[in-house]
Amino acid sequence: MSAVTGKEPVAVVGVGQTHHTSARHDVSIAGLVREAAQRALVDASMTWADVDAVVIGKAPDFFEGVMMPELYLADALGAVGKPMMRVHTAGSVGGSTALVATSLVAARVHRTVLTLAFEKQSESNAMWGLSLPVPFQQPLLAGAGGFFAPHVRAYMRRTGAPDTVGVLVAYKDRRNALRNPYAHLHEKDITLEKVRSSPMLWDPIRYSETCPSSDGACAMVLTDGAGGRRAPGPVAWVHGGAMRSEPTMFAGKDFVSPRAGRDCAADVYRQAGITDPRRQIDAVEMYVPFSWYEPMWLENLGFAQEGEGWKLTESGVTELDGDLPVNPSGGVLSTNPIGASGMIRFAEAALQVRGTAGGHQVDGARLALGHAYGGGSQFFSMWVVGSGHPGE
Amino acid sequence: MTTATSPQARREVAIVAFAQTRHVRDSATLSEVEMLMPVLHEVLGQVGLTAGEIGFTCSGSCDYLAGRAFSFTMALDGVGAWPPISESHVETDGAWALYEAWVKLLTGEADTALVYSYGKSSPGRLRDVLTRQLDPYYLAPLWPDSVALAALQAQALIDAGDTDETALAAVAGRSRTAAGGNPYAQESGDRPQGAYVVRPLRRGDCPPVGDGAAAVVLAAGDTARRLCERPAWIRGMDHRIEAHALGVRDLTDSPSARLAAERAGAFDAPVDTAELHAPFTSQEVVLRKALGLGDDVTVNPSGGPLAANPVMAAGLIRLGEAAARIHRGESRRALAHATSGPCLQQNLVAVLEGEDR
Repeated sequence: MSAVTGKEPVAVVGVGQTHHTSARHDVSIAGLVREAAQRALVDASMTWADVDAVVIGKAPDFFEGVMMPELYLADALGAVGKPMMRVHTAGSVGGSTALVATSLVAARVHRTVLTLAFEKQSESNAMWGLSLPVPFQQPLLAGAGGFFAPHVRAYMRRTGAPDTVGVLVAYKDRRNALRNPYAHLHEKDITLEKVRSSPMLWDPIRYSETCPSSDGACAMVLTDGAGGRRAPGPVAWVHGGAMRSEPTMFAGKDFVSPRAGRDCAADVYRQAGITDPRRQIDAVEMYVPFSWYEPMWLENLGFAQEGEGWKLTESGVTELDGDLPVNPSGGVLSTNPIGASGMIRFAEAALQVRGTAGGHQVDGARLALGHAYGGGSQFFSMWVVGSGHPGE
Repeated sequence: MTTATSPQARREVAIVAFAQTRHVRDSATLSEVEMLMPVLHEVLGQVGLTAGEIGFTCSGSCDYLAGRAFSFTMALDGVGAWPPISESHVETDGAWALYEAWVKLLTGEADTALVYSYGKSSPGRLRDVLTRQLDPYYLAPLWPDSVALAALQAQALIDAGDTDETALAAVAGRSRTAAGGNPYAQESGDRPQGAYVVRPLRRGDCPPVGDGAAAVVLAAGDTARRLCERPAWIRGMDHRIEAHALGVRDLTDSPSARLAAERAGAFDAPVDTAELHAPFTSQEVVLRKALGLGDDVTVNPSGGPLAANPVMAAGLIRLGEAAARIHRGESRRALAHATSGPCLQQNLVAVLEGEDR
C-alpha cells in the first residue's frame, strides 16, 4: 500500500496482554493497563522513552464508572508530556484504536506509538451499563445476548444451518483457549456434550455459547518502516486496515450480514492485494461473542458464499489444525474484556504472522486477519497483517 | 522523542467549513440527534457535499453527559451513514476528533472529512458529572467539582502574583462584550461579576452551562481550494497531556500547552488571533503566558467559552471560530486551542493560516 499512496509502512514490533480473568482484585485500572503496556515494550525491546504517543481505547465508560479514564491513566501509561488520544467505537473499539495508532505512524506524525485497550468489568456491571433506559428509544433491557439472538435465528432460518453448528464453534474455541495461557476460560474438562447441554439463555444461544465477562488489557507497539526493519524480534507488517459504520436500525439493514462489514473487508483486501481470502489468508482472529457469529462472519468476510459459512465450520476447516483456523487464541468466547477484545483480535493476528503465538500457533501463518465489530452490528474495524513487508 | 516529518513536508489540509448551534442553557425539547442534524446539514451545505461523499467522518462526545452507554450511536444515525461510511469516534472534545481526521487525511486515505461534536449538559448537574472523570480511587470519591478545582488554580495564580480579581473581571468583561457580535453565544454583553461561586471565582469568572453542537469539514490540497474561497490551512497541530494529580502540577503554568504550540509551529511566526478554550477567566491567564500571547493578539473574538461552553464541543468550536475568521479574511494566521481534563490537564494547539492571493 505504501507504494500507491506514499504512506509510511507500519510494523507491529511488540505485543502484550494481561492474564484475563473475571476479577483482577490485585490491581487498579492503572495497574492493569500498565501490565499489558510493559509486556508490549519488553516484547519490542523498547522502553517508555521510545514511545512518541499513546492511543488508548475502551468500550463505554459506564462499564467501570469512570468518565474519560484516559485522563487518570496518563501517568500509568508514561504519557505525561506526550500526545494521548482516546478512541471509543463500541465493541469494535480495540480494532479502531489500533488503526488510529497505525494512521499516526503511516502519516509520519510519529515514529513509534503505544496503543492499548482495556476493560475492568469487575469494577462495575456491564449488563447494567448496557441497559439504561432512554426515553423515546427502543429499550435493550436484555443485554447484548437479547439483542443478537433474533439475528442468529434469522441466519439459521435463511441458511438452513443445523442447530448444532454453534455448539461446534464454542467447543472448538474453548479447546483452543486451553493452549493460550492468557485466555480467561480454561475449561480443562470441556466436552461437546457439556456445551450442548448447557442452559439455554437467549434461544438459540446457550450458556456455553456466550462470552465471559473479563478484566484485561492488550497493548501493541507500532513503529515505522526503519524501526520495523531493525527490530530485534519478529515483526508483523500492516498490509491494510479499515473502519466502516452504518446506522443502528433502519428498514434496509441486514443484521445477518451487514453491508458495513462486507465493505470494510473489501477495502482491507484491496489494500492488502487479497483477491481470494479463503486461499490467501492463513489465520483469522474474528470477533465472535456468541458462537453463531463464526459462520455468519465467515460469509460476511468473504471466506464462504452466502449461506455456506456453517458448512466450513461443520467440516472442521476453522479448527486449529484446519485449512482456515478461526480464533486459534480461543477468541472472544473464551476471553472478553469488552473494550480490549477487538485489540486482542488484532494482536493475536500479529502474533500468528510473527510466529510467536506459542501453543496456539498456526504452522506457517504468513497472512492473518484481525476483525472486530460493535454496536448493533454496525461498527467494523479490520486489519490484515503479514510476515512479509507490504512493498515486497 | 521525535517527530517523524517536518510539518512542511506534509500534505496540505484545511478547515473549509464550520457550523454551530445557538447554544442554550437547556435544550430539553430536542434529542441529541435533533440538536445535531441542522448543524450537519448546514456545514455540508456550505461545501455542497453529502455525507456519502465525505471520505472520513469522526465525532466527539461523552456518554456521561447523556447518562448512558453508546450515546454516540444515535448521532451516527443522524449523519445518515448509508451506504456505510468510514467513521470513528473519540470519547472527548471534538477537537481531538478533528485531530484524528487530520491524521487520516495526512495518510492520503481520504481527501475530505466531516468532524462533529455535541454535548448536552442540561440533563444532569455538570459540576457533579465532571467529578466522575477524576482518579476513581483517591479523588472522585471526594466529589471535588470542576469550579472548586478551577478555583484552586485561580488562587494559585493570585498567590503567585500572576493576576488579581480585577484582572480576571476584565477578562470576563472583554469576552462577553466580544460575544455581542456572536449570534450563537449563550451569554453576551457586559454583565456584573456577581457573587463568589467558589472563592476567588465569581459567577462572571465561570462559563455558562449549556447545550450545543458544532461541525467542521476538512479537505486536502486542491479539494480544499475548490470547496472554499479562502481555506484555513492547518500548518501544524499537536496535543500533549500532563499528570492527572493536581498536586504534582504547577497550576500556574501549562507546559503541555506550550509544548503542543511549539510542535504545532505556533512560535515560528506571530499569530494575529487566538481562540482559547479557557472555560474560566483564570485559565486564560495561564494560557496567555504559556503560549506567549501578547496584547497585540486578538484573543477570543467570539467571546470564547465564557460566552458559550457546550462541553465536548467547546474545543472544536475554537478551531471552527479561528478558521471562520480566516475564511472571512479577518485573520491571516490564527492559533486555536482546546483543552480536556481538570485544570487544563490536556491541551491541543492548531495553527491555521489563510493564503494571501
